[in-house]
Amino acid sequence: MLAATIRVTGDIDVAEECVQEAFSKALTAWPKTGVPYKVGAWLTTVARRRAIDILRRQSTQDRLLVMVVAPQGEPTAVDGSDSIIPDDRLRLIFTCCHPSLSLETQVALTLRLLCGLTTGEVARAFLLSETTMAARLTRAKKKIKTSNIPYRVPTEADLPERVEAVLAAVHLVFTTGHTAPSGTDLMRRDLVERSLELARMLRVLLPNDAGVAGLLALIVLTDARHKTRTGPDGTLLLLSEQDRDQWDQKAIAEGTALVREALRRRPAGRFALMAAVAAVHAGAPSWEATDWSEIVALYDLLLVTWPSPVVALNRAVALGIARGPEAGLDALNQLASESQLAGYNYLASARADFLRQLGRRDEARFAYQEALGQCENEVERAFLDRRLRELNE
Amino acid sequence: MSEYLVLIYENEAQWESADGATAGKMMAAHETFGQTNAAKLRGGNALHPTSSATSLRRDSSGKLLVTDGAFAETKEALGGYYVIEAADLDEAISIAGQVPASFGGVEVRPIRVFD
Repeated sequence: MLAATIRVTGDIDVAEECVQEAFSKALTAWPKTGVPYKVGAWLTTVARRRAIDILRRQSTQDRLLVMVVAPQGEPTAVDGSDSIIPDDRLRLIFTCCHPSLSLETQVALTLRLLCGLTTGEVARAFLLSETTMAARLTRAKKKIKTSNIPYRVPTEADLPERVEAVLAAVHLVFTTGHTAPSGTDLMRRDLVERSLELARMLRVLLPNDAGVAGLLALIVLTDARHKTRTGPDGTLLLLSEQDRDQWDQKAIAEGTALVREALRRRPAGRFALMAAVAAVHAGAPSWEATDWSEIVALYDLLLVTWPSPVVALNRAVALGIARGPEAGLDALNQLASESQLAGYNYLASARADFLRQLGRRDEARFAYQEALGQCENEVERAFLDRRLRELNE
Repeated sequence: MSEYLVLIYENEAQWESADGATAGKMMAAHETFGQTNAAKLRGGNALHPTSSATSLRRDSSGKLLVTDGAFAETKEALGGYYVIEAADLDEAISIAGQVPASFGGVEVRPIRVFD
């Protein structure tokens, strides 16, 4: 609805006001007239009519009036046809995730304008104060307006790159929710659900895009395990400790089919490969029976498309399981000088785990303490603490 | 249509140490850019290096201070600009992306219009 109105106004603030007015109009009109059959279409039409009124009065905005009278921009009668709305949402997400905005701003705008979160809710997702977030959103909207960031689907030539930017933003919403950077809960379900909604929406809007299929597969497959990631008392359970019977088989089937589709494009994209790793885990009957060599091979491919130290870290961990803790430790030690991993608690905790398996208790203890010093999620901290106490016994 | 200023920031030391052939190639690249985008160009100039710059600012008592050099000392300095006309930021980026700037990059800024 907001998306459809922005197309008329070309201005996010004005559109937000129009939508709000449509809601208040509904509150006065509906008790008298009854609730219309197509609620969304009714509201959208009212908001867009209001937008057109405003634009007609703003003579300086001739350029935008042209947009309104253009056949494709003119809202038709309340015929309940929703066909224009998906396009509008696609336009809006490309505006929100424009590369001239910082990734954090892209995510904030997407949560605010596409997921309909309030400014306060967006602020909480970023662990920022509402005032700070409100200022950031205002600055972003101002930049969209002054720089004239377009409100449309990019040209064919730009599309692959721009879709990548959108996927990166949605992926960030998911990872922030999947393991909350700090706080008392391991996950932020609300953010995971928003990311799933966004990925599903993109799938509808861009059904032939392999990257979209890959990201949706990754979210669906990873989230299929969410019920088993913590025990009844909220403690962290490792993949090896989780009750696989409780994994969501319907989600796994959906995700696996999506991975196959996503991998058909060559070279395979970043999200498709990450989803393939998740699919190997999801399809394995147990931790021991997991095809770890396959996982190492997938990380090798991923390192080619997406050379990141975090991917190298995951590869090292998988290698340590496939070929033993000594091999894993060697691979981890090669990453010790990566500045991007400095202070990243998963490097220290992975080292600690291999050292523990090798019986090098003092070094393991030191590494667990290092990881504890870098970790701010309470559930993860409790897990590291438990490991450390076991070593001391 | 909006107007954008494309600011060219390049490493001056590299420009200075470039031989005649390299400099010639760069100039030719700018000419090609100008011809290809003639319909969108509203202006543009190259600047003398920052060593030729004079900065002016007023101190707290309002007295004008004249100093040698650029306003901000940076490795990559403003060396030239184009004023372009574009439908939106995407078009501006596609034009600015063709501006030759082997020793640095360009910054795109929307030009403010006062009603």
